[in-house]
Amino acid sequence: MNRFKGTGSYILSDSLREIVNAAIVLQRPLLLKGEPGTGKTELAQVIAEDLGLDLIRWNIKSTTKATDGLYVYDTVQRLNDSRFHDKDVSDIRQYIRFGSLGEALRSERQVVLLIDEIDKADLEFPNDLLYELDQMSFDVVETGDHFRARHRPIVMITSNSEKELPDAFLRRCLFHYIEFPDPEMMKRIARVHYPDLEAKLLSQVVARFYQVRERRDLKKRPSTSELLDWVQAIVAGGIDERELARRLPFLGVLLKTEEDLASVTL
Amino acid sequence: MFINLFRALRRQGIPVTFNEWMLLQEALEKNLADSSLTRFYHLARAIMVKTEGHFDRFDQAFLECFGHIESDDDLIARIAERLARLPPLELTEEEKRLVEELELEEVRGRFLDRLRNQDDEEHVGGNQAIGVKGRSPFGAWGYNPAGVRIGQGVSRHRRAIQIAEKRSFRNYRDDVALDTRAIKNVLGYMRQVVREGPKDALDVDGTVQATCRNAGELEFIWERERRKRIKLMLLMDAGGTMTPHAELVSRLFSAARDLVKNLKFYYFHNCVYQELYTDIEQMTPVATRKVLDQTDRDTRVILVGDAYMAPAELMSPNGAIDFWCRNDRPGIEWLQDIRKRFRKVIWLNPEPIKWWSSVPTTRMIGRIFPMHELTLEGMRDGTRALMKQ
Repeated sequence: MNRFKGTGSYILSDSLREIVNAAIVLQRPLLLKGEPGTGKTELAQVIAEDLGLDLIRWNIKSTTKATDGLYVYDTVQRLNDSRFHDKDVSDIRQYIRFGSLGEALRSERQVVLLIDEIDKADLEFPNDLLYELDQMSFDVVETGDHFRARHRPIVMITSNSEKELPDAFLRRCLFHYIEFPDPEMMKRIARVHYPDLEAKLLSQVVARFYQVRERRDLKKRPSTSELLDWVQAIVAGGIDERELARRLPFLGVLLKTEEDLASVTL
Repeated sequence: MFINLFRALRRQGIPVTFNEWMLLQEALEKNLADSSLTRFYHLARAIMVKTEGHFDRFDQAFLECFGHIESDDDLIARIAERLARLPPLELTEEEKRLVEELELEEVRGRFLDRLRNQDDEEHVGGNQAIGVKGRSPFGAWGYNPAGVRIGQGVSRHRRAIQIAEKRSFRNYRDDVALDTRAIKNVLGYMRQVVREGPKDALDVDGTVQATCRNAGELEFIWERERRKRIKLMLLMDAGGTMTPHAELVSRLFSAARDLVKNLKFYYFHNCVYQELYTDIEQMTPVATRKVLDQTDRDTRVILVGDAYMAPAELMSPNGAIDFWCRNDRPGIEWLQDIRKRFRKVIWLNPEPIKWWSSVPTTRMIGRIFPMHELTLEGMRDGTRALMKQ
């Protein structure tokens, strides 16, 4: 069995790496939660790259239905074709369009399936997936075709906890909460993106960033991507660590609401 | 294996089930923990805990079960220094049986005893002293089924306990009330889309599908209208005993106002009588009867209060705490009216649940409304109860 080791550009904790491997070995979906910007979505991409597998991504919206993930029967196209007699409309199979989950289960090779932001969908949505995720198979009712995954896909699911997920669904998943990186880890992350950054400046930027972030009155706390943007702004602005110690330049990069800006600058 | 951890988790209120337990056994069998307590910690947590709100409870249960492992760092460090790495002792099955088998507690007791009596020379072999390659229950790279193992991978075992001891997820606990954002997440459950009313809305997608299946013969599909916005009424106690909870109530209020467009809110003083108030400062009154009559029966109602008052305030006419307020009907009748008028009502109480049974008025009100704690967990249960069809 291939083990996920992690790649150079994506910094992750030992515990997360172990949990990913546990999910692969136990063949269970891994549910990832965590603050925005902690790399939940990127993880699936990294796993796919590391194991040399294809990534199939299913972005969930509020209107997404579980059955759409398997397949859609394009009746409109079929009706349209029937008017021109240039295709054999009796073959329904050519009007079955497979969704992301359907593709993942049909694939000849093992794939990584990312179900992104599952909490966006309707409350019942995760429950509708239970059977397919358990059995890793599905039927196309219109044609009577049955598909069973040759290799269970590695399933990664992300949630921003906008909605509660049903218990029955949770029981089948492994769960990991990606904590916001601590300053040391944040330095390593920033280092990956800005390898030439001076060590002193990096320490100062990260220290100042956490000072801002830890303020309790913030409406929206800045995350990793904001820090990376901030580093870029600071480098481009030619600001050194001494100046950074005195003031907080380009705060608008870190804070996105008027109120937060006002409360920090006061 | 580790059934005590399973029990401790249940005691902590983590809804772990037998299936998850079996999955953990499977994981251990596949050696995913690799004999490391730290890896076991993460593995067990990933399998058995499904929300970060329960991580702190997991830490506590974990400490309860494994916290005693290697309790004295100094002692261990001193002994570990002495233990040279020698090849492991090989024993036949028969020899193994002969090795003294002891209860863990007994081992710990004897261990400390013997350590005190031991002179400072290093030991190799033997049946008594703490050293290496021995058959005494203490030491490293030796063999005893109930032995205390010292100096082998101490740090990696210790780490899991430290992680648990740090209890870094205390702030994620869901039985302590959190900030507005967390409250919003919980109340967000009420935003669920429900289809209500008669089937009078045209389902365009469905109609197209059905028509195409019907070879172009028009077939209409009707459905119930989707109603996203829930109607909610908040009745908040602004009485004196609620002052310590004012901040919490205001957070609940602002979360509800952000989420629910159709929000009505009123205040009351200790108990509901013939008048409710539209604001606290001015105490602008509005007739309770009018509010009840003019609010839709489907409106979800949340009363927030400590339910802590003199029994007369609840049970007697003119029992209201404010002397200018003359109520000819006792408060409890008004509360019963609220219960009868609306299909879904809950009471959120900021006082800890363990105190409820000792307060007579809380007990009485608890018999009228389903009462939940004003914590994330309580609100979650409460909103679920409100949204049940």
